[in-house]
Amino acid sequence: MNWLKIQEKLSYRSAGIAGAGGLGSNCAAALVRVGIGRLVICDFDCVEESNLNRQFYFRDQIGLDKVEALKINLLRINPGVIIETHKIRLTTENIPELFNGVDILFEAFDRADQKVMIIESALTTWPDRPLIIGSGMAGFGDSNSIRMRNVGNLYICGDETTEISSDLSPLAPRVGIVANMMANTGIDLLLKF
Amino acid sequence: MNIQLNNNPDIIPGDSLSISDILRLKNFSFPNLVIKINGQLIRKPQYDSALVHDGDIVEIIHLISGG
Repeated sequence: MNWLKIQEKLSYRSAGIAGAGGLGSNCAAALVRVGIGRLVICDFDCVEESNLNRQFYFRDQIGLDKVEALKINLLRINPGVIIETHKIRLTTENIPELFNGVDILFEAFDRADQKVMIIESALTTWPDRPLIIGSGMAGFGDSNSIRMRNVGNLYICGDETTEISSDLSPLAPRVGIVANMMANTGIDLLLKF
Repeated sequence: MNIQLNNNPDIIPGDSLSISDILRLKNFSFPNLVIKINGQLIRKPQYDSALVHDGDIVEIIHLISGG
């Protein structure tokens, strides 16, 4: 498929992004660069200096709501993309309404218990909708341990091993690999719709 | 009984075991899991009651913090 056809097809597609941290912000940027038509992005956080080692924000955006800063940055890539943002803490109760109507959903949370929450909510609410998640990306090196596998409609990107800790920080290179692997998995599915 | 656990054939003692039994048997001590039996989601409150039988396909996905 040529690049013009990819852009055209993706312009009719939408994606939900749950979390606008390292995974969500970089995944969103990749999706917008290749021409996704509409994004629904939810996050409750503000941009902090400690985010700048991996998240798609800039120093002069410290203190802004992540969803607002991300919308600004994404519109600078493609002013035509429709970005719907919600500054909100996602819960089992509000997930079905917020992400109703998107073609595909990306889980981009930080905490493992929250990942479980959205996976269970999404698979229950939309059993047929692809859900792409990131799990295991801390530290540096060992790029080849990062891969994608799917269990039904659940697509897991990451090494599924490296947990963040004081000695194992999430850093731009490996978080970026996983975020882009998530985006890559997503557009592969969206282009087959 | 013979089951498929995380895409690998596995032999488990007995005719049926709960998810809690299997987690103990396999020493899966991770706290954040997504579990499916034959594609059916099993949530934490069901771990004691959800039974695995011969021929079942069991997926135990352990989620890791970071993102």
